[in-house]
Amino acid sequence: MALLEVKDLRKNFDSLQVLRGVSFEMEKGETLSIIGPSGGGKTTLLRCLNFLEIPSAGSIAVGGKTIFDAASSRGLSEREIRQNRLHFGLVFQNFNLFPQYTALGNVSLAPKLQAKERPDYKQRRKELFEEIEEKSRELLFRVGLGDKLNYYPHQLSGGQQQRVAIARALALTPDVLFFDEPTSALDPELTGEVLNVIRQLAAEKMTMVVVTHEMAFAAAVSDKVLFIDGGVIAEQGPPEQVLKNPAEERTRQFLRGYEK
Amino acid sequence: MFQTVLLSLTEGFGKTLEIFVLTLVGGIPLGLLISLGSMSRCKLLSWPIKLVIWVVRGTPLMLQLLIIYYGPGLILGNNWWGSGASGRFTAAIIAFIFNYACYFSEIFRGGIEGVPRGQREAGQVLGMTGTQIFFRVTLLQVIKRIIPPMGNEVITLVKDTSLARVISVYEIIWNGQAFIKSQGLIWPLFFTGVFYLAFSGLLTLLLSWTEKKLDYFKV
Repeated sequence: MALLEVKDLRKNFDSLQVLRGVSFEMEKGETLSIIGPSGGGKTTLLRCLNFLEIPSAGSIAVGGKTIFDAASSRGLSEREIRQNRLHFGLVFQNFNLFPQYTALGNVSLAPKLQAKERPDYKQRRKELFEEIEEKSRELLFRVGLGDKLNYYPHQLSGGQQQRVAIARALALTPDVLFFDEPTSALDPELTGEVLNVIRQLAAEKMTMVVVTHEMAFAAAVSDKVLFIDGGVIAEQGPPEQVLKNPAEERTRQFLRGYEK
Repeated sequence: MFQTVLLSLTEGFGKTLEIFVLTLVGGIPLGLLISLGSMSRCKLLSWPIKLVIWVVRGTPLMLQLLIIYYGPGLILGNNWWGSGASGRFTAAIIAFIFNYACYFSEIFRGGIEGVPRGQREAGQVLGMTGTQIFFRVTLLQVIKRIIPPMGNEVITLVKDTSLARVISVYEIIWNGQAFIKSQGLIWPLFFTGVFYLAFSGLLTLLLSWTEKKLDYFKV
């Protein structure tokens, strides 16, 4: 059974149709890359899956359970939306770290707030917080920032900030982790360290969806590639096919732009 | 003589401080409400509020003091404020709070709108509630952004309190000036400047201390 199943997802902004029926599914442990021209709907797709935008139509299922269906669940409550979001993590193009917290603070903030909803929070507060901090430290070590735990975002390079952001997203143990062009805001010499972390996560079988312009990276790391253009999936398949030997003229045209 | 003057000026400065403190206590929460209203997506709410802000910021505070104090009596034939010093003081406080709330509201609006949308969204995808995002993520960034412009307003307010004398609130300038008529002395009036300088100096120190406290992060 597919871990994530997206069916006929559509999104309109007034009369503008940004997503015009996107369907795909992915298995646990897979890495999916999304490529395509700007304005094609890649970012909107990620934003819809994380409920930063509410899809106009379509459905989303995680582990066989439908968490969103535009036809039936008009008006999810604030609480339901929040619960749904916890299935997913999102790493932004611009990191969006919280500037007033250290690296460790950024990673542990949301888990600490989550812990407040536990019934045993009052009695075990200290213990829970220690566990969370310990886990946050481990995550920062995992992304290679064990020596920067108490640095504030402005004291870190872009690549380091993005790795903190990845650790922050992992701290809530999402079922699927989404990346929205994670290296586009970085200087070229800093992209490698971020891509390496994503590569390492792929090797550890984290389920991931990566919107990227790094074709070589997409080819190396993904199990499946989606080419999105004009709000639809114009082509999808294994990277050898979509990136090396595309069937669609639009895909060929798009990839030609990267050969120069 | 010096002692008499000092006593009178200190008493007047007490009134000045009262205006100052009450304006901040009333003006900051009201300013926050006005700023939220002016940012509302409901135009029926935001437009009238923007109109009020324009009128209040576009006319002299002295004129507003006169209108608020004398207006009800002249227009409605009924002086709301009651007679005597306490009535004039209440009218002055209302005028100050309203005037400063409008200035504060624009500072708050700038501070709130200045926090990148991504901060809010990052909180949302981490499953935080709206309240948690406001208190844990946005608020401190807003405070850091608004401290310099708020500092300006607060220092201006110290001196603007002297406008209350236009409706005969006995603040420090009023008391200093009284010595010209009663004793033929001009220096008490000039000496009031020392009080203003000392107090605004204290505030400047306090503001720069707060700014330093928030220096550990950048927005």
